[in-house]
Amino acid sequence: MREVTYYPGCSLHGTAREYDESFRGVSKLLDVSLHELEGWTCCGSTSAHCSDEALAVALPVRNLRIAERHDREMVVPCVACYSRFKAAEAGAKAHPEYLSSPYEAKVLVRYALDFFCDAAMIEALKAKIVKPLTGLKVACYYGCLAVRPPELTGVKQYENPVHMDRLMELLGAEAVPWSYKTDCCGASLVMTRTDIVVNLSQRILSMAMEAGADCIVTGCTMCHANLDTRQAGLRAEGGRNAIPVLYFTEAMGLAMGHRETGKWLGRHVTDPVKVLADKGLL
Amino acid sequence: MQREAAKPVGGSFLEEVISESGVDIRGCYQCRKCSAGCPVVSAMDMIPNRVIRRIQYGKREEVLRCGSIWVCASCHTCSVRCPNDIDFAHVMDALRHMALRSGIGVGEQIPVFHKAFLDSIKGTGRVHELSLIMRFKLKTRDFMKDAGLGWQMFRRGKIKLLPQGFSGGKEVKAIFDAYERGATR
Repeated sequence: MREVTYYPGCSLHGTAREYDESFRGVSKLLDVSLHELEGWTCCGSTSAHCSDEALAVALPVRNLRIAERHDREMVVPCVACYSRFKAAEAGAKAHPEYLSSPYEAKVLVRYALDFFCDAAMIEALKAKIVKPLTGLKVACYYGCLAVRPPELTGVKQYENPVHMDRLMELLGAEAVPWSYKTDCCGASLVMTRTDIVVNLSQRILSMAMEAGADCIVTGCTMCHANLDTRQAGLRAEGGRNAIPVLYFTEAMGLAMGHRETGKWLGRHVTDPVKVLADKGLL
Repeated sequence: MQREAAKPVGGSFLEEVISESGVDIRGCYQCRKCSAGCPVVSAMDMIPNRVIRRIQYGKREEVLRCGSIWVCASCHTCSVRCPNDIDFAHVMDALRHMALRSGIGVGEQIPVFHKAFLDSIKGTGRVHELSLIMRFKLKTRDFMKDAGLGWQMFRRGKIKLLPQGFSGGKEVKAIFDAYERGATR
């Protein structure tokens, strides 16, 4: 049993509910015990770092100080929160004056995708695959913050990352090569400049279809929301005008035969059930 | 990243930006790689390499008033591709902070959304998405936008009607008090 602290973040308690459910589900099957961070608050997200540097450091550090009370690594599924934690660690070091008291960054913060890609978790996962995703072509979409800035994420291949591709191949899926893995979807501009987000997201969706993918797989709540919900009017590609978008944890749950996978997938706006059923996977 | 290398000195707008961001933009030789790779460049009124040039020319108001600094999605593509290691995404953050503090008006709704988002955190510690959307819509008066999508998401159990309780209110309040006083700078 591996004990970790779990920071869900605001989205996983709302629009990214299936990410929370599938993350908890696969963690349990892989013998990872999650301890939700007690009294957690928002990381500040885009709005804090666009408004004030000290605020963007202080809000994540409040959570990191709680995490430090426990001798556990902290796993963060929302890559936007993860990015703010890593930036706050660096910011607290460079600008201690931003904080009311010093913070030493002793807790190891890990993005859920990186966590499941480490050697020990891969070994555990291998033994648990009961329904390989044979015949499913996936386009792995990392988005921005899972890889950039590389000084904070530690990802070496930040222009063409492959760790999610390898994870999907381990599950039995075929990860298609494509060139939009780390292109931006427009993220939080969806509320204010929906036009930009629709434009960027539909380009990514079209390219995934052109690459022959049956579905897109991602690990970012903002990417998922934008790609899943902004498909109206999508240019038809090879007779299709929609492509489902899965969280990588949902794909893991599917391959591990988690009995609640259908419930998670039922929360999507672009229905993934038909595509997966046609492949005999659901 | 050159954040540590910058030497802040008083005076010009260029020096102010270097000091605020900690990024030395004097090394920019206008190769335009930042603008070539920028995903939102078509929606910008001043493209990234021109922002740098205008800063160097000391065009303070023109730069702080431009929509580009808000349209920037902080994707960091410019920063990783710059041949001179200029972390331009961080410069954009600094320009936004300066614009907010200077009170220079912008035509974009984006800072209005950020204010609503921060008010949400200040109020309940966490962002309750439905409250945030209502807060933002009250400011923009555009109530019907995405209403159909909202309903679809509600039916799928993705919209929570009520915010959750949380602990740590005092600490969050102290963080926002400091922010509002500008005490940390």
